[in-house]
Amino acid sequence: MVRFINLTLAGITSGAVFAAVALALVLIWRATRVVNFAQGAMLMITTFIAWSVIDAGGSYWLALGAALASGLVLGAVVERVVVRPVENKPHLNAVIVTLGLFVVLQAAAGMIWGDTPHSYPPAFTIRGLSVAGTWLLLSPFDLFVIGAVAAVMVALTLLFVRTDLGLKLRAAAFAPEIARLQGVRVGRMLTLGWALAALVGSLAGVLVAPSVFVGPTQFDAMLVFGFTAAVIGGLDSPAGAVVGGLLLGCALSYVSGYVSSDLVTMGALAALITVLMVRPNGLFAASGGRRV
Amino acid sequence: MTKALLEVRGLDVDYGAVRALRGVDLSVERGSVTAVLGANGAGKTTLLRALSGLLRPASGTIELDGRDLTRAAVERIVRLGVAHVPQSGGVITELTVAENLRLGGLWRGDRAALARRIDEMYALFPPLAERRSLPAATLSGGERQMLALARALTGSPRLLLVDEPSLGLAPRVVARLMAVLRRLCDEDGRTVLLVEQNARSALSIADRAIVLDLGAVVAAEPAATIAADDRLRHAYLGF
Ligand SMILES: Nc1ncnc2c1ncn2[C@@H]1O[C@H](COP(=O)(O)OP(=O)(O)OP(=O)(O)O)[C@@H](O)[C@H]1O
Ligand SMILES: [Mg+2]
Repeated sequence: MVRFINLTLAGITSGAVFAAVALALVLIWRATRVVNFAQGAMLMITTFIAWSVIDAGGSYWLALGAALASGLVLGAVVERVVVRPVENKPHLNAVIVTLGLFVVLQAAAGMIWGDTPHSYPPAFTIRGLSVAGTWLLLSPFDLFVIGAVAAVMVALTLLFVRTDLGLKLRAAAFAPEIARLQGVRVGRMLTLGWALAALVGSLAGVLVAPSVFVGPTQFDAMLVFGFTAAVIGGLDSPAGAVVGGLLLGCALSYVSGYVSSDLVTMGALAALITVLMVRPNGLFAASGGRRV
Repeated sequence: MTKALLEVRGLDVDYGAVRALRGVDLSVERGSVTAVLGANGAGKTTLLRALSGLLRPASGTIELDGRDLTRAAVERIVRLGVAHVPQSGGVITELTVAENLRLGGLWRGDRAALARRIDEMYALFPPLAERRSLPAATLSGGERQMLALARALTGSPRLLLVDEPSLGLAPRVVARLMAVLRRLCDEDGRTVLLVEQNARSALSIADRAIVLDLGAVVAAEPAATIAADDRLRHAYLGF
Protein backbone atom coordinates (compact mmCIF):
# COMPACT_ATOMS: atom_id res chain seq x y z
CA MET A 1 0.00 0.00 0.00
CA VAL A 2 2.77 2.42 0.92
CA ARG A 3 4.45 1.50 -2.32
CA PHE A 4 1.28 2.26 -4.29
CA ILE A 5 0.90 5.62 -2.56
CA ASN A 6 4.52 6.44 -3.23
CA LEU A 7 4.27 5.53 -6.88
CA THR A 8 1.13 7.65 -7.15
CA LEU A 9 2.85 10.63 -5.53
CA ALA A 10 5.82 10.31 -7.85
CA GLY A 11 3.41 9.98 -10.75
CA ILE A 12 1.61 13.17 -9.81
CA THR A 13 4.87 15.09 -9.64
CA SER A 14 6.10 13.96 -13.03
CA GLY A 15 2.54 14.20 -14.33
CA ALA A 16 2.45 17.88 -13.37
CA VAL A 17 5.46 18.49 -15.60
CA PHE A 18 3.94 16.45 -18.44
CA ALA A 19 0.77 18.47 -18.00
CA ALA A 20 2.69 21.72 -18.43
CA VAL A 21 4.32 20.50 -21.64
CA ALA A 22 0.97 19.16 -22.85
CA LEU A 23 -0.64 22.51 -22.09
CA ALA A 24 2.01 24.29 -24.15
CA LEU A 25 1.22 21.99 -27.08
CA VAL A 26 -2.55 22.33 -26.65
CA LEU A 27 -2.50 26.13 -26.51
CA ILE A 28 -0.70 26.22 -29.83
CA TRP A 29 -2.72 23.46 -31.43
CA ARG A 30 -5.96 25.14 -30.44
CA ALA A 31 -4.90 28.51 -31.83
CA THR A 32 -3.04 27.53 -34.97
CA ARG A 33 -3.67 23.81 -35.63
CA VAL A 34 0.06 23.24 -35.50
CA VAL A 35 1.69 20.51 -33.42
CA ASN A 36 4.78 22.29 -32.19
CA PHE A 37 7.44 19.62 -32.57
CA ALA A 38 10.00 22.23 -31.53
CA GLN A 39 8.45 22.61 -28.05
CA GLY A 40 10.98 20.23 -26.47
CA ALA A 41 13.88 22.09 -28.07
CA MET A 42 12.41 25.47 -27.11
CA LEU A 43 12.20 24.54 -23.45
CA MET A 44 15.69 23.07 -23.71
CA ILE A 45 16.99 26.48 -24.84
CA THR A 46 15.21 28.40 -22.08
CA THR A 47 16.44 25.90 -19.49
CA PHE A 48 19.99 26.36 -20.78
CA ILE A 49 19.53 30.10 -20.34
CA ALA A 50 18.44 29.48 -16.76
CA TRP A 51 21.44 27.19 -16.24
CA SER A 52 23.74 29.93 -17.54
CA VAL A 53 22.30 32.35 -15.00
CA ILE A 54 22.98 29.88 -12.18
CA ASP A 55 26.42 29.09 -13.62
CA ALA A 56 27.22 32.79 -13.51
CA GLY A 57 26.32 32.88 -9.82
CA GLY A 58 22.65 33.93 -10.12
CA SER A 59 20.06 32.59 -7.71
CA TYR A 60 17.57 29.82 -8.48
CA TRP A 61 14.77 32.37 -8.64
CA LEU A 62 16.63 34.71 -10.94
CA ALA A 63 17.30 31.75 -13.23
CA LEU A 64 13.63 30.74 -13.15
CA GLY A 65 12.64 34.29 -14.05
CA ALA A 66 15.14 34.31 -16.90
CA ALA A 67 13.73 31.03 -18.23
CA LEU A 68 10.13 32.29 -18.12
CA ALA A 69 11.00 35.64 -19.71
CA SER A 70 13.07 34.03 -22.45
CA GLY A 71 10.23 31.57 -23.01
CA LEU A 72 7.81 34.43 -23.65
CA VAL A 73 10.22 36.09 -26.05
CA LEU A 74 11.22 32.88 -27.82
CA GLY A 75 7.59 31.89 -28.33
CA ALA A 76 6.71 35.26 -29.81
CA VAL A 77 9.75 35.30 -32.07
CA VAL A 78 9.12 31.75 -33.30
CA GLU A 79 5.53 32.64 -34.19
CA ARG A 80 6.46 35.85 -36.00
CA VAL A 81 9.54 34.62 -37.82
CA VAL A 82 9.06 30.90 -38.35
CA VAL A 83 5.37 30.04 -38.17
CA ARG A 84 3.73 33.16 -39.65
CA PRO A 85 5.12 32.57 -43.16
CA VAL A 86 3.53 29.10 -43.36
CA GLU A 87 0.20 30.12 -41.89
CA ASN A 88 -2.62 29.37 -44.35
CA LYS A 89 -0.32 26.99 -46.20
CA PRO A 90 -0.82 23.19 -46.22
CA HIS A 91 -0.45 21.66 -42.74
CA LEU A 92 2.62 19.69 -43.74
CA ASN A 93 4.54 22.96 -44.14
CA ALA A 94 4.04 23.84 -40.50
CA VAL A 95 5.04 20.32 -39.43
CA ILE A 96 8.25 20.55 -41.43
CA VAL A 97 8.98 24.04 -40.15
CA THR A 98 8.64 23.06 -36.48
CA LEU A 99 10.70 19.91 -37.06
CA GLY A 100 13.32 22.06 -38.77
CA LEU A 101 13.30 24.46 -35.85
CA PHE A 102 13.79 21.51 -33.49
CA VAL A 103 16.94 20.46 -35.37
CA VAL A 104 18.28 24.02 -35.59
CA LEU A 105 17.74 24.76 -31.89
CA GLN A 106 19.36 21.48 -30.86
CA ALA A 107 22.40 22.13 -33.03
CA ALA A 108 22.64 25.71 -31.79
CA ALA A 109 22.53 24.56 -28.15
CA GLY A 110 25.30 22.06 -28.85
CA MET A 111 27.47 24.79 -30.32
CA ILE A 112 26.81 27.30 -27.53
CA TRP A 113 26.77 25.11 -24.45
CA GLY A 114 28.38 21.84 -25.59
CA ASP A 115 26.93 18.35 -25.64
CA THR A 116 27.77 17.24 -22.11
CA PRO A 117 24.73 17.42 -19.82
CA HIS A 118 25.03 19.70 -16.81
CA SER A 119 23.39 19.18 -13.44
CA TYR A 120 20.72 21.64 -12.36
CA PRO A 121 19.87 22.40 -8.74
CA PRO A 122 16.36 21.92 -7.32
CA ALA A 123 14.70 24.84 -5.55
CA PHE A 124 14.26 22.85 -2.35
CA THR A 125 15.57 19.59 -0.97
CA ILE A 126 14.62 16.43 -2.84
CA ARG A 127 14.75 14.34 0.35
CA GLY A 128 11.34 12.73 0.77
CA LEU A 129 9.04 13.82 3.56
CA SER A 130 8.33 11.42 6.37
CA VAL A 131 4.80 10.98 7.68
CA ALA A 132 4.23 8.91 10.84
CA GLY A 133 7.61 7.24 10.40
CA THR A 134 7.07 6.33 6.75
CA TRP A 135 9.21 7.90 4.06
CA LEU A 136 7.18 9.22 1.17
CA LEU A 137 8.30 9.66 -2.43
CA LEU A 138 7.33 13.29 -2.08
CA SER A 139 9.90 15.95 -1.32
CA PRO A 140 9.54 19.67 -0.68
CA PHE A 141 10.83 20.18 -4.22
CA ASP A 142 8.10 17.86 -5.57
CA LEU A 143 5.54 19.98 -3.74
CA PHE A 144 7.07 23.06 -5.33
CA VAL A 145 6.81 21.44 -8.78
CA ILE A 146 3.15 20.59 -8.28
CA GLY A 147 2.41 24.01 -6.80
CA ALA A 148 4.20 25.92 -9.55
CA VAL A 149 2.38 24.06 -12.31
CA ALA A 150 -0.94 24.47 -10.50
CA ALA A 151 -0.33 28.19 -10.04
CA VAL A 152 0.39 28.66 -13.73
CA MET A 153 -2.73 26.68 -14.66
CA VAL A 154 -4.88 28.83 -12.39
CA ALA A 155 -3.33 32.04 -13.71
CA LEU A 156 -3.89 30.95 -17.31
CA THR A 157 -7.46 29.91 -16.60
CA LEU A 158 -8.20 33.29 -15.04
CA LEU A 159 -6.57 35.04 -17.98
CA PHE A 160 -8.59 33.10 -20.53
CA VAL A 161 -11.93 33.08 -18.76
CA ARG A 162 -12.00 36.33 -16.82
CA THR A 163 -10.27 38.97 -18.90
CA ASP A 164 -11.05 40.80 -22.13
CA LEU A 165 -7.67 39.75 -23.47
CA GLY A 166 -8.52 36.12 -22.73
CA LEU A 167 -11.82 36.48 -24.56
CA LYS A 168 -10.00 37.87 -27.60
CA LEU A 169 -7.42 35.06 -27.40
CA ARG A 170 -10.15 32.43 -27.34
CA ALA A 171 -12.15 34.08 -30.12
CA ALA A 172 -9.04 34.30 -32.30
CA ALA A 173 -8.34 30.61 -31.68
CA PHE A 174 -11.88 29.35 -32.25
CA ALA A 175 -12.93 31.49 -35.21
CA PRO A 176 -10.22 33.78 -36.56
CA GLU A 177 -12.29 35.35 -39.32
CA ILE A 178 -15.24 36.10 -37.07
CA ALA A 179 -12.86 37.47 -34.46
CA ARG A 180 -11.36 39.86 -37.03
CA LEU A 181 -14.84 41.08 -37.89
CA GLN A 182 -15.23 41.99 -34.20
CA GLY A 183 -12.06 44.07 -34.40
CA VAL A 184 -9.75 41.52 -32.76
CA ARG A 185 -6.17 41.81 -34.03
CA VAL A 186 -5.85 38.09 -34.68
CA GLY A 187 -2.18 38.20 -35.66
CA ARG A 188 -1.23 39.70 -32.31
CA MET A 189 -3.35 37.14 -30.49
CA LEU A 190 -1.52 34.29 -32.24
CA THR A 191 1.83 35.77 -31.28
CA LEU A 192 0.69 36.15 -27.69
CA GLY A 193 -0.68 32.60 -27.70
CA TRP A 194 2.69 31.20 -28.77
CA ALA A 195 4.42 33.34 -26.17
CA LEU A 196 2.16 32.05 -23.39
CA ALA A 197 2.59 28.46 -24.54
CA ALA A 198 6.37 28.80 -24.59
CA LEU A 199 6.23 30.35 -21.12
CA VAL A 200 4.45 27.27 -19.77
CA GLY A 201 6.95 25.05 -21.59
CA SER A 202 9.89 26.94 -20.12
CA LEU A 203 8.50 26.41 -16.62
CA ALA A 204 8.30 22.67 -17.28
CA GLY A 205 11.92 22.69 -18.47
CA VAL A 206 13.27 24.27 -15.30
CA LEU A 207 11.14 22.01 -13.09
CA VAL A 208 12.29 18.80 -14.74
CA ALA A 209 15.92 19.87 -15.17
CA PRO A 210 17.19 18.50 -11.81
CA SER A 211 16.11 14.97 -12.76
CA VAL A 212 17.00 14.89 -16.48
CA PHE A 213 20.03 17.26 -16.44
CA VAL A 214 20.52 20.06 -18.95
CA GLY A 215 21.84 19.07 -22.38
CA PRO A 216 20.82 19.51 -26.01
CA THR A 217 19.01 16.16 -26.18
CA GLN A 218 18.02 15.74 -22.53
CA PHE A 219 14.49 17.08 -23.04
CA ASP A 220 13.53 15.07 -26.13
CA ALA A 221 11.50 12.64 -24.04
CA MET A 222 9.53 15.57 -22.59
CA LEU A 223 8.05 16.26 -26.01
CA VAL A 224 6.98 12.62 -26.35
CA PHE A 225 5.42 12.53 -22.88
CA GLY A 226 3.83 15.96 -23.28
CA PHE A 227 2.39 15.03 -26.66
CA THR A 228 1.03 11.76 -25.29
CA ALA A 229 -0.61 13.61 -22.39
CA ALA A 230 -2.07 16.16 -24.79
CA VAL A 231 -3.50 13.44 -27.02
CA ILE A 232 -4.98 11.64 -24.00
CA GLY A 233 -6.69 14.90 -23.17
CA GLY A 234 -7.94 15.45 -26.69
CA LEU A 235 -5.34 17.95 -27.97
CA ASP A 236 -7.99 20.67 -27.97
CA SER A 237 -8.72 20.93 -24.28
CA PRO A 238 -6.46 22.67 -21.76
CA ALA A 239 -8.22 20.89 -18.90
CA GLY A 240 -7.80 17.63 -20.79
CA ALA A 241 -4.07 18.30 -21.09
CA VAL A 242 -3.77 18.62 -17.33
CA VAL A 243 -5.74 15.45 -16.61
CA GLY A 244 -3.88 13.67 -19.41
CA GLY A 245 -0.56 14.69 -17.88
CA LEU A 246 -1.50 13.43 -14.44
CA LEU A 247 -2.91 10.15 -15.79
CA LEU A 248 0.19 9.55 -17.86
CA GLY A 249 2.47 10.44 -14.96
CA CYS A 250 0.77 7.92 -12.69
CA ALA A 251 0.59 5.22 -15.39
CA LEU A 252 4.29 5.54 -16.13
CA SER A 253 5.12 5.58 -12.44
CA TYR A 254 3.27 2.27 -11.94
CA VAL A 255 4.99 0.74 -14.98
CA SER A 256 8.34 1.83 -13.67
CA GLY A 257 7.65 0.71 -10.10
CA TYR A 258 5.83 -2.56 -10.66
CA VAL A 259 7.35 -3.70 -13.96
CA SER A 260 10.60 -2.09 -15.00
CA SER A 261 11.89 1.44 -15.36
CA ASP A 262 13.27 0.47 -18.77
CA LEU A 263 9.72 0.17 -20.06
CA VAL A 264 8.61 3.74 -19.26
CA THR A 265 9.07 5.17 -22.74
CA MET A 266 7.45 2.12 -24.25
CA GLY A 267 4.63 2.51 -21.75
CA ALA A 268 4.04 6.04 -22.98
CA LEU A 269 3.93 4.81 -26.55
CA ALA A 270 1.50 2.05 -25.58
CA ALA A 271 -0.71 4.60 -23.81
CA LEU A 272 -0.63 6.85 -26.87
CA ILE A 273 -1.58 4.03 -29.24
CA THR A 274 -4.30 2.75 -26.94
CA VAL A 275 -5.90 6.17 -26.64
CA LEU A 276 -5.70 6.75 -30.37
CA MET A 277 -7.39 3.41 -31.02
CA VAL A 278 -10.07 3.60 -28.36
CA ARG A 279 -10.85 7.33 -28.29
CA PRO A 280 -9.20 8.98 -31.31
CA ASN A 281 -10.40 12.38 -30.13
CA GLY A 282 -9.03 11.95 -26.65
CA LEU A 283 -10.76 11.07 -23.43
CA PHE A 284 -12.31 14.50 -23.06
CA ALA A 285 -13.30 15.35 -26.61
CA ALA A 286 -16.74 16.85 -26.92
CA SER A 287 -18.96 14.65 -29.03
CA GLY A 288 -19.33 15.91 -32.57
CA GLY A 289 -17.07 18.21 -34.53
CA ARG A 290 -16.84 21.95 -34.35
CA ARG A 291 -19.75 23.83 -35.81
CA VAL A 292 -19.50 27.43 -36.90
CA MET B 1 -27.72 66.72 -51.14
CA THR B 2 -25.28 65.35 -48.53
CA LYS B 3 -22.72 62.90 -49.74
CA ALA B 4 -23.60 59.22 -49.29
CA LEU B 5 -22.11 57.34 -46.31
CA LEU B 6 -20.83 54.54 -48.51
CA GLU B 7 -19.68 55.05 -52.09
CA VAL B 8 -18.56 52.07 -54.15
CA ARG B 9 -17.24 52.67 -57.68
CA GLY B 10 -16.37 50.10 -60.34
CA LEU B 11 -15.68 47.28 -57.89
CA ASP B 12 -14.17 44.12 -59.38
CA VAL B 13 -13.51 41.10 -57.14
CA ASP B 14 -11.91 37.86 -58.30
CA TYR B 15 -11.64 34.39 -56.83
CA GLY B 16 -8.47 33.25 -58.58
CA ALA B 17 -9.29 33.33 -62.27
CA VAL B 18 -13.04 33.70 -61.69
CA ARG B 19 -14.48 37.21 -61.59
CA ALA B 20 -17.25 37.30 -58.98
CA LEU B 21 -18.06 41.04 -59.09
CA ARG B 22 -17.81 43.21 -62.20
CA GLY B 23 -17.85 46.97 -62.06
CA VAL B 24 -20.24 47.25 -59.12
CA ASP B 25 -21.37 50.81 -58.31
CA LEU B 26 -23.29 51.39 -55.12
CA SER B 27 -24.18 54.41 -53.11
CA VAL B 28 -25.73 54.07 -49.64
CA GLU B 29 -27.35 57.11 -48.07
CA ARG B 30 -26.88 57.87 -44.41
CA GLY B 31 -29.71 56.57 -42.25
CA SER B 32 -31.23 54.43 -44.98
CA VAL B 33 -31.81 50.74 -45.57
CA THR B 34 -30.40 49.56 -48.89
CA ALA B 35 -31.22 46.06 -50.02
CA VAL B 36 -28.88 43.94 -52.14
CA LEU B 37 -30.93 41.35 -53.99
CA GLY B 38 -30.12 38.56 -56.40
CA ALA B 39 -30.19 34.82 -56.95
CA ASN B 40 -27.78 32.27 -55.46
CA GLY B 41 -24.26 32.94 -56.62
CA ALA B 42 -25.07 36.49 -57.78
CA GLY B 43 -22.19 37.89 -55.71
CA LYS B 44 -24.04 39.37 -52.73
CA THR B 45 -21.83 37.78 -50.06
CA THR B 46 -18.75 38.61 -52.11
CA LEU B 47 -19.79 42.28 -52.10
CA LEU B 48 -20.17 42.39 -48.31
CA ARG B 49 -16.88 40.57 -47.77
CA ALA B 50 -15.10 43.08 -49.97
CA LEU B 51 -16.71 45.96 -48.09
CA SER B 52 -15.57 44.69 -44.70
CA GLY B 53 -12.04 44.01 -45.93
CA LEU B 54 -12.17 40.20 -45.92
CA LEU B 55 -11.59 40.19 -49.70
CA ARG B 56 -9.21 42.41 -51.66
CA PRO B 57 -10.85 44.00 -54.70
CA ALA B 58 -8.99 43.63 -58.00
CA SER B 59 -9.99 47.19 -58.90
CA GLY B 60 -12.46 49.91 -58.01
CA THR B 61 -12.84 52.05 -54.89
CA ILE B 62 -14.72 51.87 -51.61
CA GLU B 63 -15.23 55.09 -49.65
CA LEU B 64 -16.82 55.45 -46.25
CA ASP B 65 -17.67 59.02 -45.38
CA GLY B 66 -15.10 60.20 -47.92
CA ARG B 67 -12.34 57.92 -46.55
CA ASP B 68 -10.81 55.38 -48.89
CA LEU B 69 -11.20 51.86 -47.50
CA THR B 70 -10.40 49.92 -50.63
CA ARG B 71 -7.36 48.15 -49.26
CA ALA B 72 -7.80 48.76 -45.55
CA ALA B 73 -7.44 45.91 -43.05
CA VAL B 74 -10.56 44.40 -41.49
CA GLU B 75 -9.56 45.65 -38.02
CA ARG B 76 -9.33 49.22 -39.27
CA ILE B 77 -12.65 49.06 -41.09
CA VAL B 78 -14.33 47.79 -37.91
CA ARG B 79 -12.85 50.73 -36.01
CA LEU B 80 -14.35 53.14 -38.52
CA GLY B 81 -17.79 51.88 -37.53
CA VAL B 82 -18.58 49.14 -40.05
CA ALA B 83 -20.08 45.94 -38.60
CA HIS B 84 -20.52 42.84 -40.74
CA VAL B 85 -23.00 40.13 -39.75
CA PRO B 86 -21.88 37.23 -41.94
CA GLN B 87 -24.13 34.77 -43.71
CA SER B 88 -25.55 32.32 -41.14
CA GLY B 89 -24.48 34.64 -38.34
CA GLY B 90 -21.04 33.46 -37.42
CA VAL B 91 -21.65 33.30 -33.70
CA ILE B 92 -18.74 31.62 -31.95
CA THR B 93 -20.33 28.47 -30.61
CA GLU B 94 -17.62 27.76 -28.03
CA LEU B 95 -18.27 31.08 -26.30
CA THR B 96 -21.28 31.94 -24.20
CA VAL B 97 -23.99 34.28 -25.40
CA ALA B 98 -22.67 37.01 -23.10
CA GLU B 99 -19.10 36.51 -24.33
CA ASN B 100 -20.19 36.74 -27.95
CA LEU B 101 -21.96 40.01 -27.17
CA ARG B 102 -19.00 41.44 -25.28
CA LEU B 103 -16.66 40.56 -28.13
CA GLY B 104 -18.62 42.77 -30.52
CA GLY B 105 -17.92 45.93 -28.56
CA LEU B 106 -14.51 45.28 -27.00
CA TRP B 107 -12.66 47.28 -29.63
CA ARG B 108 -14.27 50.48 -28.38
CA GLY B 109 -12.49 50.01 -25.06
CA ASP B 110 -15.23 51.70 -23.02
CA ARG B 111 -16.39 49.10 -20.49
CA ALA B 112 -19.24 51.08 -18.98
CA ALA B 113 -20.71 51.95 -22.36
CA LEU B 114 -20.30 48.34 -23.47
CA ALA B 115 -22.17 47.03 -20.43
CA ARG B 116 -24.97 49.48 -21.19
CA ARG B 117 -25.13 48.42 -24.84
CA ILE B 118 -25.28 44.77 -23.83
CA ASP B 119 -28.18 45.46 -21.48
CA GLU B 120 -29.97 47.24 -24.31
CA MET B 121 -29.46 44.16 -26.47
CA TYR B 122 -30.95 41.92 -23.80
CA ALA B 123 -33.97 44.23 -23.70
CA LEU B 124 -34.25 44.16 -27.50
CA PHE B 125 -33.82 40.36 -27.72
CA PRO B 126 -35.24 38.80 -24.52
CA PRO B 127 -34.41 35.19 -25.53
CA LEU B 128 -30.74 36.14 -25.40
CA ALA B 129 -31.07 37.50 -21.88
CA GLU B 130 -32.44 34.18 -20.63
CA ARG B 131 -29.55 32.29 -22.17
CA ARG B 132 -26.73 34.72 -21.49
CA SER B 133 -24.46 32.28 -19.67
CA LEU B 134 -25.06 29.32 -21.98
CA PRO B 135 -22.72 28.40 -24.82
CA ALA B 136 -23.92 29.87 -28.11
CA ALA B 137 -23.89 26.29 -29.44
CA THR B 138 -27.15 25.71 -27.55
CA LEU B 139 -29.05 28.45 -29.44
CA SER B 140 -31.57 27.78 -32.20
CA GLY B 141 -30.98 29.18 -35.68
CA GLY B 142 -33.19 32.19 -35.06
CA GLU B 143 -31.57 32.90 -31.72
CA ARG B 144 -28.17 32.73 -33.38
CA GLN B 145 -29.25 35.33 -35.93
CA MET B 146 -30.43 37.54 -33.08
CA LEU B 147 -27.13 37.06 -31.28
CA ALA B 148 -25.13 37.85 -34.41
CA LEU B 149 -27.10 41.03 -34.99
CA ALA B 150 -26.96 42.02 -31.32
CA ARG B 151 -23.21 41.39 -31.26
CA ALA B 152 -22.71 43.70 -34.23
CA LEU B 153 -24.81 46.37 -32.49
CA THR B 154 -22.80 46.30 -29.24
CA GLY B 155 -20.07 48.04 -31.26
CA SER B 156 -22.52 50.87 -32.12
CA PRO B 157 -21.69 50.73 -35.83
CA ARG B 158 -22.54 53.51 -38.25
CA LEU B 159 -22.88 51.06 -41.12
CA LEU B 160 -24.33 47.61 -40.61
CA LEU B 161 -23.72 44.97 -43.28
CA VAL B 162 -26.15 42.08 -42.85
CA ASP B 163 -25.94 38.92 -44.96
CA GLU B 164 -29.23 37.02 -45.34
CA PRO B 165 -30.51 37.31 -41.78
CA SER B 166 -33.79 35.64 -42.78
CA LEU B 167 -32.12 32.39 -43.83
CA GLY B 168 -33.99 29.46 -42.32
CA LEU B 169 -36.22 31.56 -40.08
CA ALA B 170 -39.98 31.33 -39.62
CA PRO B 171 -41.93 34.12 -41.39
CA ARG B 172 -42.93 35.73 -38.11
CA VAL B 173 -39.35 35.88 -36.91
CA VAL B 174 -38.30 37.34 -40.27
CA ALA B 175 -40.90 40.08 -39.96
CA ARG B 176 -39.69 40.92 -36.48
CA LEU B 177 -36.07 41.01 -37.59
CA MET B 178 -36.91 43.31 -40.50
CA ALA B 179 -38.76 45.63 -38.15
CA VAL B 180 -35.71 45.75 -35.88
CA LEU B 181 -33.46 46.67 -38.83
CA ARG B 182 -35.84 49.43 -39.90
CA ARG B 183 -35.93 50.84 -36.37
CA LEU B 184 -32.11 50.92 -36.25
CA CYS B 185 -32.28 53.45 -39.06
CA ASP B 186 -35.32 55.44 -37.99
CA GLU B 187 -34.57 55.68 -34.29
CA ASP B 188 -30.79 55.29 -33.98
CA GLY B 189 -29.76 56.84 -37.28
CA ARG B 190 -27.77 53.80 -38.36
CA THR B 191 -27.27 52.85 -41.97
CA VAL B 192 -28.05 49.32 -43.12
CA LEU B 193 -26.91 47.38 -46.16
CA LEU B 194 -29.11 44.32 -46.22
CA VAL B 195 -28.35 41.31 -48.40
CA GLU B 196 -31.38 39.12 -48.94
CA GLN B 197 -32.71 36.21 -51.00
CA ASN B 198 -36.03 36.98 -49.47
CA ALA B 199 -36.66 39.97 -51.76
CA ARG B 200 -40.22 40.60 -50.65
CA SER B 201 -39.27 41.03 -46.97
CA ALA B 202 -36.22 43.12 -47.76
CA LEU B 203 -38.13 45.43 -50.10
CA SER B 204 -40.79 45.92 -47.45
CA ILE B 205 -38.32 47.84 -45.26
CA ALA B 206 -35.73 49.09 -47.76
CA ASP B 207 -35.48 52.63 -49.08
CA ARG B 208 -33.45 51.60 -52.11
CA ALA B 209 -32.36 48.31 -53.61
CA ILE B 210 -29.82 47.03 -56.06
CA VAL B 211 -30.19 43.78 -57.95
CA LEU B 212 -27.08 41.74 -58.73
CA ASP B 213 -26.88 39.13 -61.46
CA LEU B 214 -23.70 37.21 -62.25
CA GLY B 215 -21.69 39.77 -60.32
CA ALA B 216 -23.03 42.87 -62.08
CA VAL B 217 -25.62 45.43 -61.00
CA VAL B 218 -28.70 45.08 -63.21
CA ALA B 219 -30.90 47.55 -61.33
CA ALA B 220 -30.46 50.28 -58.72
CA GLU B 221 -33.73 51.98 -57.85
CA PRO B 222 -35.96 53.04 -54.99
CA ALA B 223 -37.34 49.90 -53.35
CA ALA B 224 -40.91 50.69 -54.39
CA THR B 225 -39.89 50.98 -58.04
CA ILE B 226 -38.23 47.57 -57.97
CA ALA B 227 -41.14 45.99 -56.13
CA ALA B 228 -43.46 47.33 -58.83
CA ASP B 229 -41.34 46.19 -61.76
CA ASP B 230 -42.83 42.90 -62.94
CA ARG B 231 -40.05 42.16 -65.40
CA LEU B 232 -37.31 42.55 -62.74
CA ARG B 233 -39.26 40.60 -60.17
CA HIS B 234 -39.84 37.67 -62.48
CA ALA B 235 -36.36 37.61 -63.95
CA TYR B 236 -34.27 38.01 -60.80
CA LEU B 237 -36.30 38.04 -57.62
CA GLY B 238 -38.64 35.10 -58.00
CA PHE B 239 -41.87 36.63 -56.73
N1 LIG C 1 -14.24 31.13 -51.90
C1 LIG C 1 -14.65 31.09 -53.20
N2 LIG C 1 -13.84 30.61 -54.15
C2 LIG C 1 -14.23 30.59 -55.44
N3 LIG C 1 -15.42 31.01 -55.88
C3 LIG C 1 -16.27 31.51 -54.98
C4 LIG C 1 -15.94 31.57 -53.59
N4 LIG C 1 -16.98 32.10 -52.91
C5 LIG C 1 -17.92 32.35 -53.84
N5 LIG C 1 -17.51 32.00 -55.07
C6 LIG C 1 -18.26 32.17 -56.32
O1 LIG C 1 -18.53 33.54 -56.50
C7 LIG C 1 -19.86 33.72 -56.96
C8 LIG C 1 -20.61 34.63 -56.00
O2 LIG C 1 -20.73 34.00 -54.74
P1 LIG C 1 -21.43 34.67 -53.50
O3 LIG C 1 -21.18 33.83 -52.32
O4 LIG C 1 -21.03 36.09 -53.44
O5 LIG C 1 -22.96 34.56 -53.92
P2 LIG C 1 -24.27 35.00 -53.12
O6 LIG C 1 -24.95 36.00 -53.98
O7 LIG C 1 -23.94 35.40 -51.75
O8 LIG C 1 -25.11 33.66 -53.11
P3 LIG C 1 -26.06 33.04 -51.98
O9 LIG C 1 -27.35 33.76 -52.06
O10 LIG C 1 -26.21 31.63 -52.40
O11 LIG C 1 -25.37 33.20 -50.68
C9 LIG C 1 -20.46 32.34 -57.06
O12 LIG C 1 -20.40 31.95 -58.41
C10 LIG C 1 -19.58 31.47 -56.21
O13 LIG C 1 -19.51 30.17 -56.74
MG1 LIG D 1 -24.35 34.68 -49.93
